[in-house]
Amino acid sequence: MLFARPKTLKDNGVLGMNKRNIDFIGRYNPRKYYKRVDDKLTTKQLALANDIAVPALIGTVTQQHDIAHIPEMVNNQDGFVIKPSQGSGGKGILVITKVENGRYFKPNGNEVTPSEIDRHVSNILSGLFSLGGKPDVAIVEGLIQFDPVFDGYSFEGVPDIRLIVFKGFPVMGMLRLSTAASDGKANLHQGAVGVGLDIATGKGLHAVQFDRPIELHPDTDKRLIDIAVPHWDTLLHTASKAYEMSELGYLGTDMVLDQKLGPLLLELNARPGLAIQIANGQGILPRLKHVEQMKNKSMSVEERVAYAKKHFSNTSVA
Amino acid sequence: MHSRKPFYILVALLFLAGVAASIYRGIEHNVPFLPGKQVQSWAVDAKVSFQGVGEAAEVTFSLPSDPAFEILVENATSPGYGLTIADDEFGRHATWSTRNAIGQQDLYYKVTLVPTGKNEIQANSEPAQPEPFSWPATEKAAAEQIMDEIWSRSATNLSFAQQLNKSFNATERSQNIELLLSGNSPASLFVNMLNSKGIPAQKVSVLFLEDQRRRQQLTTFVEVYHQGQWILFNPADGTQGRPANLMIWDRTGKSTLDVVGGVNSQVNFSMLQDTRSALATSIDVLKNKDALDFSLYQLPLEEQSLFKGILLIPIGVLMVVFLRVIIGIKTSGTFMPVLIALAFIQTTLLTGLIGFLLIVAFGLMIRSYLSELNLLLISRISAVIIVVIGIIGLFTLISYKFGLSEGLTITFFPMIILAWTIERMSILWEEEGAKEVVVQGGGSLFVATLAYLAMSAAWVQHWVFNFLGIHLVILAVVLLMGQYTGYKLLELRRFRPLAGE
Repeated sequence: MLFARPKTLKDNGVLGMNKRNIDFIGRYNPRKYYKRVDDKLTTKQLALANDIAVPALIGTVTQQHDIAHIPEMVNNQDGFVIKPSQGSGGKGILVITKVENGRYFKPNGNEVTPSEIDRHVSNILSGLFSLGGKPDVAIVEGLIQFDPVFDGYSFEGVPDIRLIVFKGFPVMGMLRLSTAASDGKANLHQGAVGVGLDIATGKGLHAVQFDRPIELHPDTDKRLIDIAVPHWDTLLHTASKAYEMSELGYLGTDMVLDQKLGPLLLELNARPGLAIQIANGQGILPRLKHVEQMKNKSMSVEERVAYAKKHFSNTSVA
Repeated sequence: MHSRKPFYILVALLFLAGVAASIYRGIEHNVPFLPGKQVQSWAVDAKVSFQGVGEAAEVTFSLPSDPAFEILVENATSPGYGLTIADDEFGRHATWSTRNAIGQQDLYYKVTLVPTGKNEIQANSEPAQPEPFSWPATEKAAAEQIMDEIWSRSATNLSFAQQLNKSFNATERSQNIELLLSGNSPASLFVNMLNSKGIPAQKVSVLFLEDQRRRQQLTTFVEVYHQGQWILFNPADGTQGRPANLMIWDRTGKSTLDVVGGVNSQVNFSMLQDTRSALATSIDVLKNKDALDFSLYQLPLEEQSLFKGILLIPIGVLMVVFLRVIIGIKTSGTFMPVLIALAFIQTTLLTGLIGFLLIVAFGLMIRSYLSELNLLLISRISAVIIVVIGIIGLFTLISYKFGLSEGLTITFFPMIILAWTIERMSILWEEEGAKEVVVQGGGSLFVATLAYLAMSAAWVQHWVFNFLGIHLVILAVVLLMGQYTGYKLLELRRFRPLAGE
């Protein structure tokens, strides 16, 4: 059958785009706080003020004539990332993993000429990647030395951990692994692999690529379900803390594991996508409803994480 | 959480107001619900002629006033005469006047009429009890005998009139009736007898409408009051009611034509049936009634045609909202497909699609060169805009040289939109590859095509301009869709793995 019956999806608690927009984003995310997550520079500053670890900030470029300073800015770095402060959906992110005598190389080994970098930053400043074409700021970040625990699971890119946080409770999580098909990017619609994670343990539950269940990583043939994300409790706490920091009720947190620094908050998303349900092989709605029914009990970050681990785990709940 | 009730009430009100306004427009103003609908109209010419006797002449002529016909246009031609058209206690009438009339005089009155379908003549008020007719001594006995005899056979005023009318036209008429008819016209006799019994009745002058007839005369009918209505009788043949092709010219009961200062006056009618657009007809009728005070029809034609285009946008927008919210198709740029669809309306679909693809393809080629120059975004887009204008100019010229008139319509594409499309597509190409360009561009063109098909349907164009209430309905539907929390059609496919199959 080409289409699922709406009734079946509803019974399985699958959240649809329209319901997400109206009943969750519209209701729980006050418009005035969007800037905290839409502007990555602001997010970074907020995170630092709240003792949340983030990737190192090498510098920012706000004016076209500052573009000339980029080479000296990245002079001593092994690699760096240039991203638009107000970009969305991973657009406009340029990753340089190797700097050699003023020559720059992408993760796949291709060289990027300095003039290409100049143009990319110029495009960012002109607002090509920002919502509504507003003039933007380019952020130059330190490259993440990602934790070797994912070796063999990710192809060319940084694996990242997405947690959906609803009213401060981490409700669902997934690990995004880039593939050859996704060109080193971690976006599921571009062909990255999504692995649903158990909220209590951070262990793999279910994996998909292009919305279809898979067992083995397409490039490395490793069994995806066997993944167990380390530093899981820190990840849950960081995500939960992001609620107080952003004051957004329905939030997507994207984090990475750095070899030395541990979990780093990469960015927050006020409109997280719905693919996490497919990666987990189950709908998110029952968990959201559960949190909604708890009314306004004020709980600490620790209490919320403990509560989530108890109630939203696949291993403890049948 | 606040209640959604006021919202749904608002939507329901908008919907009902829109539907009601449209129905009102259709029924009350006779605006046809379907485009291209035709109605029959009648062009009637009245020719008043008389012999002038060399002195001042004044001609008073009754003008038609029949609820079953709407007057669309009327005019009178009469060189050398002063003319007034008045509506007073003597009814609607035209008065021609001149200081000196000698010899044959011809005055013309032309009127175009549209049937309204209101065939019953409602009485505005209860007519006064008529004065009983005083019969001449020679007729009194015969008349009273007939009246008494028929009165006893009837139950109501109406049945009395029916019986009376029948007895005038029976094959074997009584001697009394023969006697009375030898000195009176059937109509006068009929009215006199009814009035003698206290029944309001009067003569009316009517015209039988027949296509391409000339030199027709008015005929006399009688109308009899019965329970708030005037019922028509034809005393000449004993029938009751209004024949389909009958038009009442004069209901005052007085003479239709009065000539002072002339002799041998007469009036002849000729008529022609015509077919005209129902829409144009109702607009003309509205104009005559001065009902256009606050309406798009009173705008100059140029602005009207502009509005015809603008009022199509809600349809395109509705289409985009539906395709995005309910179906789940992604478009590049929210309303870009609507603007492209508007351009398609000018260019027609196939020419539009080919033109769009040609311009974007050429634009992408030139854009790929511009990208090597490392320009700032603003100047790059500006350069693309100028290049797009150049491409459009070039294509227009080439198609003109080859005699392809379709190619000339390419100028209707909104250039800024095209330039932005080219820029976005180019970035998309660099970041995600050519395949994504085809997918996203194709999706936008698909939505634009559907929007075009909806916007170019003749009945849609007819409705959005002539029934403005439809826009309230669209607004209600768009608001309602904005509250739709169900699954999009394409999500049913996307989330199929979660349906447990």
